[in-house]
Amino acid sequence: MEVSYWNKEIETLARPDLEKLQLQRLKEIIGYALKTHFYKKRLEKAGLKSPEDIKSLTDLKKIPYTTKDDLRENYPQGLLAVAPEEVVRIHTSSGTTGIPTVIYYSREDLNNWTENLARSIVATGAGKKDVFQNMMSYGMFTGGLGLHYGAEKVGMTVIPIGGGNTKRQIQLMKDFRTTVLHITPSYLLHIHSKLEECDTKLEELALRKAFIGAEPHSENTRKKIEGLFNIDAYNSYGLSEMNGPGVAFECVYKNGMHIWEDGYITEIIDPKTGALLGDEEEGEVVFTNLIRKATPLLRYRTRDLAFVYKNACPCGRTHRRLSRITGRSDDMLIVNGVNVFPSQIEEVVMRIPQVGTNYQIYLEKDGALDKLIVKVEIYSKMFSGDINELDKLKTRIGEDLRASIIITPHVELHEPGSLPVFEGKAKRVVDNRPKL
Amino acid sequence: MKITQISIFLENRKGRLFDVCSLLGQKKINIRALNIAETEEFGILRIVVDKPAEAVKALKENGFVAHLTDIVAVEVADQPGGLADILKILNENNVNVEYMYGFVERSADKALLVFRFDDPDRAISVLNSNKIKIIGSKDIGGL
Repeated sequence: MEVSYWNKEIETLARPDLEKLQLQRLKEIIGYALKTHFYKKRLEKAGLKSPEDIKSLTDLKKIPYTTKDDLRENYPQGLLAVAPEEVVRIHTSSGTTGIPTVIYYSREDLNNWTENLARSIVATGAGKKDVFQNMMSYGMFTGGLGLHYGAEKVGMTVIPIGGGNTKRQIQLMKDFRTTVLHITPSYLLHIHSKLEECDTKLEELALRKAFIGAEPHSENTRKKIEGLFNIDAYNSYGLSEMNGPGVAFECVYKNGMHIWEDGYITEIIDPKTGALLGDEEEGEVVFTNLIRKATPLLRYRTRDLAFVYKNACPCGRTHRRLSRITGRSDDMLIVNGVNVFPSQIEEVVMRIPQVGTNYQIYLEKDGALDKLIVKVEIYSKMFSGDINELDKLKTRIGEDLRASIIITPHVELHEPGSLPVFEGKAKRVVDNRPKL
Repeated sequence: MKITQISIFLENRKGRLFDVCSLLGQKKINIRALNIAETEEFGILRIVVDKPAEAVKALKENGFVAHLTDIVAVEVADQPGGLADILKILNENNVNVEYMYGFVERSADKALLVFRFDDPDRAISVLNSNKIKIIGSKDIGGL
């Protein structure tokens, strides 16, 4: 198998040197963390008053885990470590209960992120000669912009179309002989089902690779995609707290995703006890971002469940590989690549006076795509007998939810008492999607 | 002379209409006029009954979402153009009809229609001044 590198020196750095680099960067990032309101208190409490208090990588263990709640509670500026004028980009996410989280990037931070994506792209065997159709959403979602800059850096021809509009996607693939896609696995399967409708034969396309990510999927889904399109598909992993995509990416061997370990210290923990787990043991992934100074994040709990492979990869990269994400240690849902917390939905529906006390969230498959159904009970005292008002209510719930969770759900109105009532912890989410 | 209509929210679920009708039947409440406004997933059942207060009590006790609405029941000549004559008067007097539907039964040569107006009081005065017969609530039971 032919192996190419974007930055061979770093990608194949001997482990002891890689760890030395990690330590040096950790110290530097601790220096930045100490400039933030949030970490200053927390690190000093842990006995870390200066970067020099970090003597080895094992000193990392002195630092408590950082959670998404910490990000929310310190919104908007509690984790900003550089002067505001040094910030060149902001990405926010909607958080879990309506309070957003924010990540700031300096110029250098963006360059570091882009470097990791350039490495990732080249590791799959793609390069300058490829035409890259970026079908992930642009905007606040980091998936679109992250790969965009990486692909430009590599010198690919970038088509920044973003998500949706299947007909146009297929037309552009034909017109510009697109060779590489960046897309969610469910949308790629959906595209296949639309080829005939768009009067397009596979032979008219020049596709050879797809980067698939933003939603967990199985090896079988990869095989299905590869078979249907006759392409190679590579798993991609990232999260906005760790910059976005390009945290870990598969190489041509397609057997686990190389974590760019000069940029991220990876730990796997027991999500219940917080205890550290070993190689090949599945648990929650915890990252320390070593390459972002504007918003340092130390030992951030991703809530993603996975393990780290023990053996080296035949590609020669010394950066260890992360397994597929097998699940979540919280209740986050991934709907067509968009992260949704049930609490966000609750927050929206419960502030609408016409909605009663009970609601349920259903997830179904509509073809290859996910369908989110929000069922709410109407509040009997607010019922006026007017059908137009009910229609308006349905529309309003849909629009309010869209504003909060970015996707438009299908809203159903139900009679009070018709949705199941739960004693104790309510089972409000019913996920009927077959596992991808 | 307004009469009371009961609007009931119903989700499109098997047997839901039956549930309402059988409950009213058990309580010996007679449905005089009925109409359903529906969308894909839910509907509003509108009924005029002989004993509205009892009906609402029974419905609420059984978990139905019900709301009372003022409507006007009008006697219309049961002949071609009968309804048009009334609508013409309403139209000329700028009275808006939100919706309307027919009674279940009728007298020999008259049809009975239920109107929901945006301004019921003004509608009644227009109908009265045009000598159009309005049915009162006490007539509903005796029909």
